[in-house]
Amino acid sequence: MPLIDLANPTRFLTLSGRILPWLSAATLIVFAYGIVQVIGAPNDYQQGATAKIMYIHVPAAWLSMFIWGTMSIAALGTLVWRHPLADVAAKAAAPIGAALTLQCLITGSLWGRPMWGTYWVWDGRLTSVLVLFLMYLGVLALWRTIEEPARAARAVAVLTLVGALNLPIIKFSVDWWSTLHQPASVLRLGAPAMHSSILTPLLVMGLAFFLLFFTLHLAAMRNEIMRRRVRTLMLMQADAAAGH
Amino acid sequence: MDLGPYAAFIVGAYSVAILIVAALIAWVLIDQRRQRQLLSDLESRGITRRSGRSPERHL
Repeated sequence: MPLIDLANPTRFLTLSGRILPWLSAATLIVFAYGIVQVIGAPNDYQQGATAKIMYIHVPAAWLSMFIWGTMSIAALGTLVWRHPLADVAAKAAAPIGAALTLQCLITGSLWGRPMWGTYWVWDGRLTSVLVLFLMYLGVLALWRTIEEPARAARAVAVLTLVGALNLPIIKFSVDWWSTLHQPASVLRLGAPAMHSSILTPLLVMGLAFFLLFFTLHLAAMRNEIMRRRVRTLMLMQADAAAGH
Repeated sequence: MDLGPYAAFIVGAYSVAILIVAALIAWVLIDQRRQRQLLSDLESRGITRRSGRSPERHL
């Protein structure tokens, strides 16, 4: 099937309806396996059991950036090709991104208190992630402010692309500035700086959270398509009632 | 499993993560139910999409 055919909303609904049960099952299985791995993972020699927070903090951090990246690609689809399915993809991803960025901030804060002695510092990494969270809220607010979906999508697309400038700042903040937050341990040049007994559960949990995102995103896109169909039908009903 | 002296922070962090994931799943399922209901209500009143409209522009 040519890729462009998937961009047809009706075909997307059919195909995503077939994929979703499998994707949901895969998400559940990988999460179950990941939790078993986390329970069996050894404590860190310095941080003790507190390092277990990493298995829910780091995947949320990866996804907070990945989802904004996904929204940025969708923003190009909106601005260059003006395709409504790109609008739908961007709109459906935003609440998931906001929620996982919040998870990253709260779990990081709860990890920071026993390890750093404080819930929060205004260093480069923490501040740039907070800015990302605020931008997610800005995008959600903008979707609600402009009623006409295509107009809202274009405004959001511009904001999203401007916000994408924050992604390299988040990634390299720990290299550019002196931060309390530790430097990259997994996604860095050279081998990951952690033992396989800790790295493997982290990667399994990372995969589980990515599968969760793909599942929720597909389901939320289907909801958004239905919402737009409801809107179209309501407008048609109003037109008919007005005698046009 | 011994979580050490900072068990409250670990349990707190996992509770927040579970709450956020549960809220996301609930949001998707509740929204799905609501949209399906609205669509079927409209269609049962005979309001259906006009034929000939491009599905690309009018979802």
